[in-house]
This record gives sequence, structure tokens and C-alpha cells, in this order.
Amino acid sequence: MVTFTLNGQETTFDGDPDTPLLWVIRDAQRLTGTKYGCGIAQCGACTVHVDGSTRRSCITPISTLDGSSVTTIEGLEGSEAEAIQAAWRAIDVPQCGYCQSGQIMSAVSLLQFNPAPSDDDIDGAMAGNICRCATYKRIRQAIHDAAKTLEG
Amino acid sequence: MGIQNIRPTRRAFLAGSGLVIGLTLVGRQAGAALLKGAPQDAPGEQAKLNAFVRVAPDGTVTVLSKHLEMGQGPYTGLTTIVAEELDADWSQMRVAAAPADDDLYKNLAFGLQGTGGSTSIANSYEQLRKAGATAKAMLVAAAADAWGVPAGEITVSAGRIRHEGKGKEAGFGEFADKAATMDAPAEVKLKDPKDFVLIGKDRHKLDTDEKTNGKAVFTLDVMADDMLIAMVAHSPHFGATVKGFDDGEARRIKGVVDVKQVPQGVAVYAENTFAALKGRAALRIDWDLSKAETRSSQRIYDDYRAEMKADPFEAANRGDVGAAMSADGITSMDAEMVFPFLAHAPMEPLDAVFVPAEDGSIDCYNGSQFPGQDKAAIAEICGVDPSKVRINVQLAGGSFGRRAQFGSPYMREAAAVFKASGMKRPVKHMWTREDDIRGGFYRPIYLHSIKGAIDRDGNITGWDHTIVGQSIMHKDELDDTTVEGTADMPYQIPNLRVLAHQPKLGVPVLWWRSVGHTHTAFAVETFLDRLLERAGKDAVEGRLALLKDSPRHTGVLKKVAEISGWGSPPPEGRQRGVAVHKSFNTYVAEVAEVSIGDGGMPKVHKVWCAVDCGVAVNPNIIHAQMEGGIGYGLGAILFDAIDLGDGGAVVQSNFDDYRSLRINEMPDVEVAIIPSSEAPTGVGEPGVPPIGPAVANAWRRLTGQPVQRLPMTNGLLS
Repeated sequence: MVTFTLNGQETTFDGDPDTPLLWVIRDAQRLTGTKYGCGIAQCGACTVHVDGSTRRSCITPISTLDGSSVTTIEGLEGSEAEAIQAAWRAIDVPQCGYCQSGQIMSAVSLLQFNPAPSDDDIDGAMAGNICRCATYKRIRQAIHDAAKTLEG
Repeated sequence: MGIQNIRPTRRAFLAGSGLVIGLTLVGRQAGAALLKGAPQDAPGEQAKLNAFVRVAPDGTVTVLSKHLEMGQGPYTGLTTIVAEELDADWSQMRVAAAPADDDLYKNLAFGLQGTGGSTSIANSYEQLRKAGATAKAMLVAAAADAWGVPAGEITVSAGRIRHEGKGKEAGFGEFADKAATMDAPAEVKLKDPKDFVLIGKDRHKLDTDEKTNGKAVFTLDVMADDMLIAMVAHSPHFGATVKGFDDGEARRIKGVVDVKQVPQGVAVYAENTFAALKGRAALRIDWDLSKAETRSSQRIYDDYRAEMKADPFEAANRGDVGAAMSADGITSMDAEMVFPFLAHAPMEPLDAVFVPAEDGSIDCYNGSQFPGQDKAAIAEICGVDPSKVRINVQLAGGSFGRRAQFGSPYMREAAAVFKASGMKRPVKHMWTREDDIRGGFYRPIYLHSIKGAIDRDGNITGWDHTIVGQSIMHKDELDDTTVEGTADMPYQIPNLRVLAHQPKLGVPVLWWRSVGHTHTAFAVETFLDRLLERAGKDAVEGRLALLKDSPRHTGVLKKVAEISGWGSPPPEGRQRGVAVHKSFNTYVAEVAEVSIGDGGMPKVHKVWCAVDCGVAVNPNIIHAQMEGGIGYGLGAILFDAIDLGDGGAVVQSNFDDYRSLRINEMPDVEVAIIPSSEAPTGVGEPGVPPIGPAVANAWRRLTGQPVQRLPMTNGLLS
């Protein structure tokens, strides 16, 4: 039995302890904003926050999360999240949209640690998130726009 | 209401209510409302003014999209077209997926319901303008009747119906029911494009909000009570079949419910995804390779070289190429170009959810480009009448052609898995990324051989071009997708011959974003660039001189030269390359600025793009599709190949060895749209073809090395 906090709610899981967090979130908790894309931490579609940092949920066994706090796109809150999501909407970043939860989780974390990222900082924080629609130009712009909002 | 409250056995009761999809989803009703298979967000009964337009009592207008939304923007574009002629206010517009119906919702370019070939806006433009204008006429007729005034005195603007003389004003909702009973006019007058209010202006996408908060529902997100997760173990070789298997270990895994052989492999059914993954990995399968394709990619390239000597199909033959190639004083040049298999690799791998109802009918949830074909395939395989199959079209997490499968090979696997399960419980069939990368339906391997001739005056006088590659359309005669972009090249070259060979191969292939243009634009635009250079001509001026009868090619080429500052020298250490190409009746020119980056790899700094797609329905989406098409095409030409290794198994398996472009590799992109009043054409694919040759042409100027083998990084490393 693993007990952890999911979007502020105490949650337990008593299935296979090797189950990746991704499938606990999706199958057991039925929160579907977090996506499967590769299963090997290559694409970032499954990105969530664990104790305040980004984590690829597809390779994180649930057994390692006892006592941890997990935030998914559904539980995202705070000024960075609001700024990022507003910036995303303002310039219509998503195309198919499937990877965007992961992109947003990574972008929010970036701004939480670095409120005024350079292009290189954005590359460093976001290169683990693949977008097959290649919305990268707008992702970069939206992060800069959100940083300006927070600054202002 | 959560899913836990709704048993699938109650679906017969719910079917047809229009709410059924929301109820099968977990706490997603609000998010799903905008996007699901039936209008759900407008309160009350919706008046059906025609096949595409629904009006709710509160005035909300819902447009039914006959085209799949997979990121390319038809939900917003089609809704804009209806709203324009309806004279609606944008804020009252909604969109929902139309149901599968090969007649009512057929693509007018295909003759059946289908999304592809960058046709969504092009084939719908007149149809949906008429749908909007007709709905408006019916609302006006209803108002005229109610107010006792001539219809001709009524005006409609921004969603308000007015009669000035009587001081009357109403919204659409007030007359929606009455309008639905009025006769649709046989003829409607469409607007003069100069009077457009909505078309031509940047507009936010209707699906953006749901895609920034995790609420957008894709097929993978559809959850039903008591649902099994099913995965199929596929052969590593194309064409192999199951000889025998041992499922003992798989069945011992907690959560694994059943194992069944299906035509495509061995299916594992489990209570959750992780158990399905573990169960599948634990299967021991003996494959029969007697009918499998066992050649390596390298062997296929060699076989294709030999194939060049066989009798070809003739796609173009003008002038006398033989004489041009042997004329006195010519300078000749030749090249062989090699294009590998490419996987589409949409972010959401293929998937489908089946929910059986008590009356024997089946609901299928899936985002597919040919829903009518899928419906027929499910009916056939599951042994039910097609009228008992309902396709609930979902948002698709990308496609790039992968979800456009005539004959529904994917859906046949999914339906076979559902059938083999006994069809008692809901089943979600999903592919993993490994299934996707190794699953075939690739852009085919192509081999090009080109010879060119330049006369003493520097004129390109001859072009002799042979292409070898599988027929995507499985044709025994010439397949236009093998040669499109070569046989019809716009350049005024007096002697042109294009030949094609279409050998059969045991690897399933498919159209990949821009289809034949993925390789023909590269071949033509890189070879032409070399000929012009050899003739001492500028890449832009030289092209323009050969495009005198092609004003729209000329227009985009001049525009891209202007915005890229073509005549000015590039920054130190960088070079620029240009390419222009028409595909799907849209004209695109691109200039790429490139340097030699880390590890000797190409680094693309900036891409300028000019596009002529006729009327620009929504410039915001056109920009997005050019940006995305450039990124998608760039990733492929830099990094991607699906290789068959010795013995014929696919070498690559996931995003670690089938690389996608990443944000640090994405160039800045600047797009200019050519103003036009021509009928709109597509933008989903045409941004792709020019990026490869533009980068390769810049690379040749930087390094002196022509790019003749893709991907570029393979050529560099070998």
C-alpha cells in the first residue's frame, strides 16, 4: 500500500508496487490530462510535478512515492501556472494538443525555478518534451510572455 | 456524474440522447462538451437547420465538423466559414464532430467521409458557406413570418436579426425552432469576399482552452466502467504469422484476464494498462516467417538499383531527352538520391475503445480520418449490421497521415481484439510507441536517379528522372503519388522525362504528411539548385527565369526572397538555401539559414516562408501549420529513418532511436501569406516539402557537399 498526495488529496494505491505513476494517475485515479507518449522518459507527455519538481511519471514506480506530493495538470495552481496557461491560450500554442499537458508542466516548473529564462534556459528545461506538431516556436514565445506577465 | 455511476449495460437507454459520450468519460463533461460527437454544451433541444448547423434556444450555434481535428485546425476553420455566411457573432459559435456518415458528411474531393490531402477547407468552403447562408435565410424567413414583414427588409449582423422599420430585434435562438420548419431555399446568394467579417482575420482556435488545462479528451482518455485494456504482441517481421505461443507466464500476472490469438498476433487483456504491458512482455511466441519480408533496407536499396533497368511507367516525356543529354557542348550532371522509410509517430499512438450495448450494438470511440470505412470494418469483423455500429469521433493526438487508412487495417486489428474478447466488456485497444514505430505503414523507401544537361549558354535543356518506390495506392499502373511534384514540375525545361518503377515489397506503406512531395520536392529542388549553380545562376533569379508561366510559384518565391533579404550576405558562418514547391494546390517557398553546429550537424537558425493558399480563412492557423510543417519536415530530414536490419526486423523502436525535432533544434520561423481571392486550398501538408531542400541547399553552399542520402545526420556519420 502506497500513500501519497495527488493534487492535494491523500491517495492510496494497493496494486502492483512497480506500477508507473502514469498508470496510477490514469487507470486508478482516472485523471487523463497526463498522457502516455513513449513509456521510456523520452517524450515528456507524462510530465507531472513530484514534491515541486518535474518527473516523468511513465518510469516512476509508485512504490518510490510513499509520502510524496504529486501534482498533475488538473491540480496545477499558482501564479506561474496561471501565467503559463494564459500565455498558451493567448497565442494558441496547441495544435493536436496531446503533448501540451506535459509541455505546460515543464514550463511552469521552469518559471518556478527561473522567473526570467533565456532562450538557452528554455532549451534546457523544455528539450525533454517532444511535440510532433512542432509547436516549439509558440512554446518559446509563450514562456517569454508568461515571464513578462509575472515580472509586470 | 462520474463514470462509476454509469454501467455500459445502460447505454441502450442513453443512446441517442447526445449525452452518452460525456457520461462515459470521467468528470470530463464540461471539457468534452465543445468537442464531442454530438452537441452537448448548448442547453435544451437544438434546432437542426441543416446537416452542419444546429441552433440552441440560447442562440448558441454548433457546427458539425465532417473533418477530423488532429491539430490542423478544421474545427475552427469550418466553423469560421459557417459563421461568416450566417452573420453570427464569433462568441456564439461552437463545434462538434459529425458522426460517421459516408454520404451526408462525405469529403467532396473523395466521395466518402475522409480527412486528408489537405482538403478539409478546400472541399468544404462552398458547401459550408452555403450551409451558413441557407441557415441564415431560414432564420430570416422565420422572423419575417413572425413579425409580418418582408424577408428582404430584415438584416442580420453579429448574431442579431433586425427589422429597422418595426424596431424589432432578436437573437438566433428565438427563431431557431421555427426556422427549422421553414423550407430551405434552393439558391442562396453568397457574400462577396470583400464583405467578409470573420474570414481572413486571426481567430483563436476553438479547441485551445481544452488543450491547455488537460480537459481535452482523446481516444486514450475514454474510460468506461469495467473496461479491459488490450494490447497485441506483433511480429518483429512484416508478414509473419503466429505458429504457436505459450501464455502460461503471462496468465500468472495479476490483472491479466485473458490471452487470445488474433490475425495480427497475440492479444493480452488486462484490468489495467501496466498488467497488459507486463502480460504482453511475458508471452513466448513462435513466429512463422515463411511469408515475411526478410530483406534489410540496404538490400532493398540494392534491389531498387537493379529495378531501374526494368520496364518503367512513363509519367512525363516532352521534347527529346536522349538528344538533349548527348547534344554537343552540354555540361551534364547526375545524382542518385536515397530516401528511407519514415514513421509518422503521432504523439498519441493508435487506439480505439469499444463499448458493447445490451441490444448488441457497439459504440466505438476513435479519432480516425476515414470513420465510415472503420465503421464498415467493425461491422464486418464483429459480425453486426453496420447500423449497429456507432463511431464517436474523438480528437486525435496528431496523425500526419497515420490515421488515414483505406480498408482500415488498424481498426481491423482493434475490432478483431474486441471480437476475440467475447464483446461482453468494454475494451480499450492501444498501441505502445514501440508498436507505432515498428508497426509499418511508413512513407516508402524511394530511390531517385536524375540526369541533367546545361547548354553552352547556361540554359537547363534536359532533365531525365527515374523514381523507384512502392505504390502507396497499391496500383498496378502508375501511381500519381510516386511522381507528383516531378512529372508536373513547373520549370520550363524543354526536354523532360520522368519514369517510375513500383516494385512490390512486404512492408505496408502509407501517405506521410505531403505524400509524394516528401521526396520529389527534395529531389527536384536540390538537383535544380545544383544545375543553376553550375550554370552560374542565382538560386532565386534562376528559378524565376524558369517560372514565367507560373505566377503563383513566382509570387511566393519573390515574397520569400524579399522577407529573407535574399540578396544580402548571410551572417558569418551561415548560408541560405531556397526551395519552392506546390502541393495540394498550395504554393510555398522557404528560405533556410544554416550553419555547421555541434558535432558537424546542420544547425538551422531561421526559416522564412511565403505561402499562397488562396483565401486565408484564418491566418493564425495558416501560420501555425507552416511553423509546424517546417518543424515536422526538418526533424525527418535531419534525423529520421526506419531501417530494416539484417533479417528484416525494424531496427528502431521508440523516440530514443527514432528522433523527433526538439525545441533546441527548432528554428525561428517567419511566415508571409500572399493576399488572394482565389478559392482556399489546404495548409496541413504544403509547409513540409520545401524545408528539406532549402536546408540541403544551404548545407551544400556551406560545405560543398550535396545531400543525396537522408536523413542528413546518417550521411554525416557514415
